[in-house]
Amino acid sequence: MKLSVWTYEGPPHVGAMRVATGMTGLHYVLHAPQGDTYADLLFTMIERRNHRPPVTYTTFQARDLGSDTANLFKTACQGAYERFKPQAMIVGASCTAELIQDDPGGMAETMGLPVPVIPLELPSYQRKENFGADETFHQLVRALARPVEKTPQITANLVGPTALGFRHRDDITEVTALLEEMGIGVNVTAPMGAAPADLARLGAAHFNVLMYPETAESACRWMERALDLPYTKTVPIGVGATRDFVAEVAELAGVTPRLDTARLRLPWYSESVDSTYLTGKRVFIFGDGTHVAAAARIARDEMGFEVVGLGCYNREMARPIRALARDYGVEALISDDYLDVEAQVEALAPELILGTQMERHIGKRLGIPCAVISAPVHVQDFPARYSPQMGIEGANVIFDTWVHPLVMGLEEHLLHMFRDDFEFHDDAGASHHGGQHVPRVPTADRPEAPAAATPDAITWRAEAERELRKIPFFVRGKARRNTETFAAERGLCEIGIDTLYEAKAHYAR
Amino acid sequence: MTRHTPPPPAAGCRNAPVLKQRGQHEVFCGLTGIIWLHRKMQDAFFLVVGSRTCAHLLQSAAGVMIFAEPRFGTAILEETDLAGLADAQEELEAQVERLLERRGDIRQLFLVGSCPSEVIKLDLARAAERLSARHAPRVRVLNYSGSGIETTFTEGEDACLAAMVPALPATDRRQLMLVGALPDVVEDQALDLLAQMGITDVTVLPARHADSDVAVGPNTVFALTQPFLGGTHAALERRGARHIPAPFPFGEEGTTAWLRAVAREFGVDPARFDAVTDAPRARARHAVAKATETLNGKSVFFFPDSQLEVPLARFLTRECGMEALEVGTPYLHKGVVGAELDLLADGTALSEGQDVDLQLDRCRAARPDLTVCGLGLANPLEAEGLTTKWAIELVFTPVHFYEQAGDLAGLFSRPLRRRAALKLEAAE
Repeated sequence: MKLSVWTYEGPPHVGAMRVATGMTGLHYVLHAPQGDTYADLLFTMIERRNHRPPVTYTTFQARDLGSDTANLFKTACQGAYERFKPQAMIVGASCTAELIQDDPGGMAETMGLPVPVIPLELPSYQRKENFGADETFHQLVRALARPVEKTPQITANLVGPTALGFRHRDDITEVTALLEEMGIGVNVTAPMGAAPADLARLGAAHFNVLMYPETAESACRWMERALDLPYTKTVPIGVGATRDFVAEVAELAGVTPRLDTARLRLPWYSESVDSTYLTGKRVFIFGDGTHVAAAARIARDEMGFEVVGLGCYNREMARPIRALARDYGVEALISDDYLDVEAQVEALAPELILGTQMERHIGKRLGIPCAVISAPVHVQDFPARYSPQMGIEGANVIFDTWVHPLVMGLEEHLLHMFRDDFEFHDDAGASHHGGQHVPRVPTADRPEAPAAATPDAITWRAEAERELRKIPFFVRGKARRNTETFAAERGLCEIGIDTLYEAKAHYAR
Repeated sequence: MTRHTPPPPAAGCRNAPVLKQRGQHEVFCGLTGIIWLHRKMQDAFFLVVGSRTCAHLLQSAAGVMIFAEPRFGTAILEETDLAGLADAQEELEAQVERLLERRGDIRQLFLVGSCPSEVIKLDLARAAERLSARHAPRVRVLNYSGSGIETTFTEGEDACLAAMVPALPATDRRQLMLVGALPDVVEDQALDLLAQMGITDVTVLPARHADSDVAVGPNTVFALTQPFLGGTHAALERRGARHIPAPFPFGEEGTTAWLRAVAREFGVDPARFDAVTDAPRARARHAVAKATETLNGKSVFFFPDSQLEVPLARFLTRECGMEALEVGTPYLHKGVVGAELDLLADGTALSEGQDVDLQLDRCRAARPDLTVCGLGLANPLEAEGLTTKWAIELVFTPVHFYEQAGDLAGLFSRPLRRRAALKLEAAE
């Protein structure tokens, strides 16, 4: 038993729903108690889908438990087939139905429905949403894909995008364009937008583009073995990764690598002098393994940040993320406990968090800016505008998204210059963020909250405390921490103005 | 004072036939009530003993994750807990110890049963008893079930309040108890109106803090402020309290009828009643009239959600000039909403329970001007050209009593005004 406040992933049957809802012509009959239908709103509200997810729930109640929940399942299954006439169905149990052991798969098999019915075994008390999506898609592909003749033109399948995915909709467009530049067509995109009949012809492609290992790696491995379809290992998020992806695809397809960089702006935006202030900004990165790995590379190599910590919530990616962390000289945090992540952020005191909606909340509480790079998703992660993460435009979007929570370059410079100015003061916040102008409160009237980690033995003299307040808010935490570490290392128990500036000189870079 | 609401219908719907169907129920489970109950009871923690699904529901139903460390959480059952039950009891107690250690501000702890904990028959009552003994008097530990197999959406609040009743101290005081979790601002308005009528010995269940001296006994009379509190109603009667039946305080008519029933019980002079209510009644009518310009003559269709459907249909048909095509409700407790049914126009279609696909067919055929439904259905119906009002907002928003009557009507008129305001086509 584990106490959970917020969860990064839903239960595995929600992963199955993400596959089913992304597809067409597929119907999911879920043996589940009343109340589990809440999952529909993830799709209709967060993603603003204009159709109900193709899911029929048996919604059994206590009074059914004594009688015949199995019959309820059969009725629901038959009713769903007749009403929706799907090309194929998936059947399974949610956490509660798993306990009553009705065996939906076995029952559906005996019903003789005239379409393929694929049973799902998703252990609700061991696994989570990403596993559910990956396993569901894997089983669908196993059941439906058959060796078929290859397309005459070189084509690839785009594999992995699902409903409720972080920017999956726009990534598909971007990756399609990347392939098209090299003369490679798209055979099938799946699960998103595919019907069961499309899965049957997955084998016609020459290779697979594995867009999201979280949701489709098992299917790609199976297709590699059974359909002789190799798959890409590079996820094209960021400039370097996009270039690597193009090279990998060219090799797999036997074509010349081509990448049109006319619209690529990240490199110049990063080189231009306004971005100087980004240098060495300390970032903490957390999310699903794939997005974290991509973000770490962008952060260090393309933005010039310092990665001070990283981790992922999906245990399936623990091994690669631990290896990655070693490359970056940090220790990986593999946890799905929001409080662990919060403690880590607090301890590291980064200047920017690249995380999920959870970390956005952590950042809000700790006063640290945060940009969202990964699921779990929020209605804000489905913007109306084109906003991919992958490819050329993805890199541009990422530059803007990551810089936006920060005070802008010139503004930060001005804040340093006029640090005690009556208008340019830190309580006012970044000028491009919403919110009313906040007049400066005379510093004497305002107690500075002591940093959480102040070692008991060290005290700040009043004049040093005043001097610290003149430092802009976005570096003040770092200055305080550095000064205290500096003092502690030297066995000082009191910090004066001199200590502050000695520490500043010590940590100068 | 002139009547502004029509006379009651000749027969009403108390004995009207009710369509009962059994199929997919597109409703929340009772755990959802934790979202507002934990805001109301400011020193309570709600610990769901359940699965990842329960945790996911709570954060999804909350819509956004507002609170850094909220006063609710889920003890997620794992494979090891399911293997042997003795373990689960110990594990739970260990989790509670850790929680209470970290959260010194918690005075009431609710162990909330879920579908999985009910199915494996985890004895939360025993756990609550043991934990209560250990942590009294600082923390009181109670338990109730918010599981989907036993409770539908607002029934979770009912189960929670009903669980509190047996633990209330006994009293012989002649007092009024208001029952139902209302936003503080609304509760204060109600208490003020009652005080002006001279009814001052009033207690509220649930109280905002654990140390409020809420007590119950044979001289307690109680008035429900929500129509979904059938279980609490029964629990209070078992303690000797007596219910004051009345329509619910939605809209000017409902609020007046509710207050009048209470006033009559306490022998308030009619002149004093009028003196206290005349001004807010006029304000409420005025505020509702604005929304009525949009709502008048329009039709409304209710999918079952919160059990507020019958009182709201009464409000919309009698005060806003709407026509109710179908009033669906998860449960129809005639003992609780009987007075409301009396005011519903004869021939209104009533349905209890749900087969969502069949109900959607009826809704599409009826083409109502406004459909009141859950979040899973709203956008798909909008995409089909129907105008919807998502029902959960009716539970989260202050809508009771006079001063909120206009806001309540506004919740229904806004989707219609919005559809009329949007010009998304070419000008031609």
